[in-house]
Amino acid sequence: MVKVSEKKKSVKKSSEEEEEEVRYGEEEEEDGELRGEGDEEEGDEEEEEDERKRQKLLDAIGSLGGRRKRRKRSQAERSEAAALMSEFTVNAEGGGDKVQLSDLIGTADRVPAKTRKQLENLQRVRKSIQSPLSRRESDRIQRDVAFQKAASEVSRWKEVIRQNQRAEQLVFPLHQDPPGPGPGPVERLVSGWRARTPLEEEVFALLSANKQPIHDPVLTPREEASVRAMSLEEAKVRRAELQKARALQSYYEARARRERKIKSKKYHRVQNKAKRKEFLKKFEEMVEADPAGALEELHRMEVARMKERMSLKHQNSGKWAKSKAIMAKYDEGARRAMQQQLEVNKELTQKVVTSLNEEEEEEEEEVLPGFVNDAERGVDSSNPWMRGKLSEERKEAEEEEEEVMETVDLTVEEEEEEEEEEVKETEEEVLLREFDSRRKLRQAEEAETAPVISVEEEEEEEERAASDREEEEEEEEERAASDREEEEEEEEKAASDREEEELSEFTTLFRGISDAEKVATDSAAPLQEGLIRIRTLEDVDLLSQEAPDDEAPPLPPPPPLPQPSAAVNPPPPATEKTGKPKKRKRGIELKQVLTKDTKAIKVPLAPTVEDGEEDGEEDGEEDEEQRGLIREAFAGDDVVSDFLKDKRKQEDSGKPAVVDLTLPGWGEWGGTGLKPSRGKRRRFRVKAAPPPPRKDQHLPSVIISEKRNSAISGHQVNSLPFPFANPAQFESAVRTPLGRTWNTERTVKKVVKPRVVTRMGAIIEPMQREELMKDRKRAGGKTTLDSLTKKH
Amino acid sequence: MAVPGEASVDESHVGENKTPPGRYWKEKQEEGKDGQQTEQTLQQKKKKKQKAKKRKQKEDQRDGKKFISGKSDPFPGPAPIPEDRVQKFKRKDKIKKPPHQHYKLRDVIARSEEASEMAQKQAARFDLLLPEDAGFLEGDEDEDTCTISQEDIAGAVDITSGAKYFNLKLPQFGPYRLDYSKTGRHLLLGGRRGHVSCIDWQSKQLMCEINVMESVNDVKWLHSETMYAVAQKKWLYIYDSNGIELHCIRKFNDVLRMQFLPYHFLLATASATSFLQYLDVSVGKEVAAICTKTGRLDVMCQNPHNAIIHLGHHNGTVTLWSPNQKEALVKMLCHQGGVRSVTVDKTGTYMVTSGMDKKLKVFDIRTFKPLKSYFLPAGASSLSLSQRGLLSAATGDIVQVYRDVWSTPVTKPYMAHRVRGTAWGLHFCPFEDVLGVGHGEGFTSMLVPGAGEPNFDGLDANPYRSAKQRQEWEVKALLEKIQPELISLDPSELGRVDHATFEQRHQDRVQALGFDPLAKEKFVPKYKKKGRSSAGNVEKRKKQVAHEDQRDVIRKTVEDKMKMEKEKKQREKKAAVLSNQRSALDRFKK
Repeated sequence: MVKVSEKKKSVKKSSEEEEEEVRYGEEEEEDGELRGEGDEEEGDEEEEEDERKRQKLLDAIGSLGGRRKRRKRSQAERSEAAALMSEFTVNAEGGGDKVQLSDLIGTADRVPAKTRKQLENLQRVRKSIQSPLSRRESDRIQRDVAFQKAASEVSRWKEVIRQNQRAEQLVFPLHQDPPGPGPGPVERLVSGWRARTPLEEEVFALLSANKQPIHDPVLTPREEASVRAMSLEEAKVRRAELQKARALQSYYEARARRERKIKSKKYHRVQNKAKRKEFLKKFEEMVEADPAGALEELHRMEVARMKERMSLKHQNSGKWAKSKAIMAKYDEGARRAMQQQLEVNKELTQKVVTSLNEEEEEEEEEVLPGFVNDAERGVDSSNPWMRGKLSEERKEAEEEEEEVMETVDLTVEEEEEEEEEEVKETEEEVLLREFDSRRKLRQAEEAETAPVISVEEEEEEEERAASDREEEEEEEEERAASDREEEEEEEEKAASDREEEELSEFTTLFRGISDAEKVATDSAAPLQEGLIRIRTLEDVDLLSQEAPDDEAPPLPPPPPLPQPSAAVNPPPPATEKTGKPKKRKRGIELKQVLTKDTKAIKVPLAPTVEDGEEDGEEDGEEDEEQRGLIREAFAGDDVVSDFLKDKRKQEDSGKPAVVDLTLPGWGEWGGTGLKPSRGKRRRFRVKAAPPPPRKDQHLPSVIISEKRNSAISGHQVNSLPFPFANPAQFESAVRTPLGRTWNTERTVKKVVKPRVVTRMGAIIEPMQREELMKDRKRAGGKTTLDSLTKKH
Repeated sequence: MAVPGEASVDESHVGENKTPPGRYWKEKQEEGKDGQQTEQTLQQKKKKKQKAKKRKQKEDQRDGKKFISGKSDPFPGPAPIPEDRVQKFKRKDKIKKPPHQHYKLRDVIARSEEASEMAQKQAARFDLLLPEDAGFLEGDEDEDTCTISQEDIAGAVDITSGAKYFNLKLPQFGPYRLDYSKTGRHLLLGGRRGHVSCIDWQSKQLMCEINVMESVNDVKWLHSETMYAVAQKKWLYIYDSNGIELHCIRKFNDVLRMQFLPYHFLLATASATSFLQYLDVSVGKEVAAICTKTGRLDVMCQNPHNAIIHLGHHNGTVTLWSPNQKEALVKMLCHQGGVRSVTVDKTGTYMVTSGMDKKLKVFDIRTFKPLKSYFLPAGASSLSLSQRGLLSAATGDIVQVYRDVWSTPVTKPYMAHRVRGTAWGLHFCPFEDVLGVGHGEGFTSMLVPGAGEPNFDGLDANPYRSAKQRQEWEVKALLEKIQPELISLDPSELGRVDHATFEQRHQDRVQALGFDPLAKEKFVPKYKKKGRSSAGNVEKRKKQVAHEDQRDVIRKTVEDKMKMEKEKKQREKKAAVLSNQRSALDRFKK
């Protein structure tokens, strides 16, 4: 359709286009006919006429083409009336054209001036309404909400489960009835007893039939009945009492009926007020006199409050309230009435003892329609929208919009959207505020860092000045002591020179450091600027991270250089020199060990028989003994030196070998009698790291094997078991044996207590919700107990 | 009950200045003696009582518990345990709690701490149930205990103890080696000239007596009194208590000395061919055979604490061995001459050696440091330590007993006794104050007061057990047998975490199995007929296979790499998402 209107103006047309247009034209013709019956639009009729004429012309031109096309055209005809007609005078003729507000208003008979103005305003604003959320998104939101709900539901079990997981022992079923008689008295247990076997039942039936005592009371029921029977006088008194009570009751009833029939609202209101006051007074008295009763009363009031909260009675949602709401804008009385209603609601929903809950208040506020507070906008401080400052301006605009919306019916979805927008706005506000505060902080930090640097410089200057002063003093001293010997002077000079050197070195070092710092800060500064230019929050974060670095105290001055006195001291002699004495020392040590101060022992009896002499049967053995004796005679250095050799060998074998990777003839001449140069050998010799110190390092007379005991490793723990963080913890945890050989019976039982115990034949059911509550209660009790014990 | 660090040996076990434990009635008597003190003490007591009363009241208030009779407990709470006794049962120190722990770790540690504390306290409390005390010999003034003769002692003590001093005159087949069974009831004698007999020595009942018609080097009881091993001239034999030969073990030749490790069921033998061999008597298998390369091994003892075998050598060294290592764990130079005898005390703390240089030395074998050195005029040919730490040394035909050789310098023996011939074997009887001496003229059982442990563990070694109990014990002991792999210098090593690398462990595994379980099988081309197994063809096939293998390797590495990269990317993405919170300034970005 659009095409048609556009191409009306085009002059040149190709034949194909013409054909198409012919088709369109025909359709329109028919449409026009149909419409002609239904509509009475005058403005359009002229256009229609023109159209028709043009159509005729086109038709005529088209008929020149031949028949074939006509048939085709007749096939293509198909249309739907609904698309073209509508009850609102807007027809779909305009296709993609926007519906103008004026079109809509034009049909209305009378539009009030104010509304028109508002509409004009609206038109001027030209704000499009966002499309509703897509189904996927809304689904997602719903899913999210559902998940959160479920998660909160499930997370309630977390504590219980964790407790069970951490428990040393769990006995299933978890909560069983305590076996045996409970804490109650024995009587209860006895009374709970029931006859089960047929014999017992029969016996009890007999007893109960004859009204004999079953539980061994003092009196039989019959006796008790006779005792209970009263005397005549007592009976008379009682009758009189009853009569009086009945009469009073009837009086009260009659009075109440009368009062209820009174139609005056004011009377009732006053009455109610009085009643309430009285009740309150009573309640206060009750609190002092009868706390239990008061508590009950309180409970009742609470229930009433709950009911009020649940119902919509005073929440301005009824028919009357709605009608009033319409009027409220203009009618002072209606507004007051509504507010009164709300007040009533507030009063009824007010908690009696505790202070007002803020959240609830907010909820109540939300229930109010926006315009209720219009008049006293400035006064109402409870309105959360009024408290904020940044959102104030926006709020006004919003309200204007809302006003518009009152007149123009809008769907609920749109409102929702608006709310969302609001939320977004607030988020942005928060971010902006944060950013603002950070910027302020950063500025403050910059202000702080600058003085720090300056202070450093000052310090430097001071130091320089001090060094200058020292030098001067020294010079003065030199001048004063010029008559002293030259050697001393030289020494002093040397010392002062050294000091100067030190100082200069120190200062240069320090300067270097400070320079480095400066450079760092300098380099940081442009970076910061760049970041600001980029303007992201991460950068702001970075800034805030960097700031403390700047703030941190300047690096501690480098450790003072080694004192010249230390350098004067003769350095420790070369290792080669020390090596020999060391070894010798060790040998001496060993001998000392062997010839340690021995205590001679006096034996009262002298041996009469020399051992080994007697059993000289076998020659070989005798020979050995002889040899042994000879060895004993020549014992001493031989044994020791052998041992030392052995030890050295062991040590050497433990050392990792030096790997020589030199290739003879590579890069130089090679051949028989030619060795690779020393430099090359040195370069290609790979020295391994020195082995860890031997266990027998300080034991000269002992060789301890460094071989790993691989046999036991199969039984050892290879990797640290789960909860342990280091081997020491694990080792301490397993240090106590568990067996009966090492422990008493009680300890063994405690140590090997099973993790889970199940009672035979008991059904293990899943945990109930009650358990959760029980646990919570118990936990609460515990905490209170704990706090009590802590106090004591 | 096994005590971790037996402190009892360190104390002077037969203390002369031992005071009897304080009794409350004694205190009263003393008060009565001196008047001045009584007043003071009374006042003090009153004060104390008041304080105690106050405390009691406080406690009553606190507890709120009251007895029906109205009396309050004069000694509330559990009975206190002496600190030293608790210390005795201590095993390792607690570790410091790190500041931040995983809650599970915290629970585990708390529980284990609680358990160990309870074990320690309970053990200390139950130590009270070991009431027996070791006796000791006390001489008159100016009388050395070493001059008291055995006859005097036997005459002074009760009749049953007196009967424990006796001589067996066996001059024909001497000199004798001997061994007591673990419970101390049974005695095994092995004469050098082939005489072997086992005796229930307390009832003097002869169980069996045989002559193996060969020279006997050593005799040893196995785990119970039903079996014993005899090291004969060539082989090792095992007999039962009736003297019936059960086994002749040909793998063990020229055995000179034997030791039996009761908890491992291992019989360790040292031979003249310098072999140290281990025989598992529960399954009859040789566990290890180690060539020590140190010549004839005729000095041997075991460390009862960690089942390490100590061997003495002619070059003055003592070596420590376990069945798991082919070289000596430790080699100590102890004497300038050859080592004649070695012995280790029950707690595995001290080693006493005697050498050809006529010295007697005491070492701390936890640190391998010498503690004491004594000069014996004639040198000691054999040594033995009792359960309570008495040292017996034989010099020629004199047997001396020393007390506290490691704590206080000794100048003279605690006891001395002359036997008929040269002493050949010494052995303290477990749980009895008896020292058995085998010598050239037979056997002497001498009384040494304070030698044996007075309290025995009925479940471990019960001297009074019946045959049924013995059977029960045998089964349990076999079930609790410790594997030979667990023998190491430090018995607590098992409870430590192995820090070995994977490669090391793999190497160990390969060594244990004898092959590499992870090694890849080498490809051997199949033989094909009709000239298709020509050298070139075979080579080609080999190359193909090698190529395939290489491709596999490459593929795998590439896959791994891809995977890694992917993971890395994902991680980065996540990080980016996390760091990319929407900010108000994002709108200014392009």
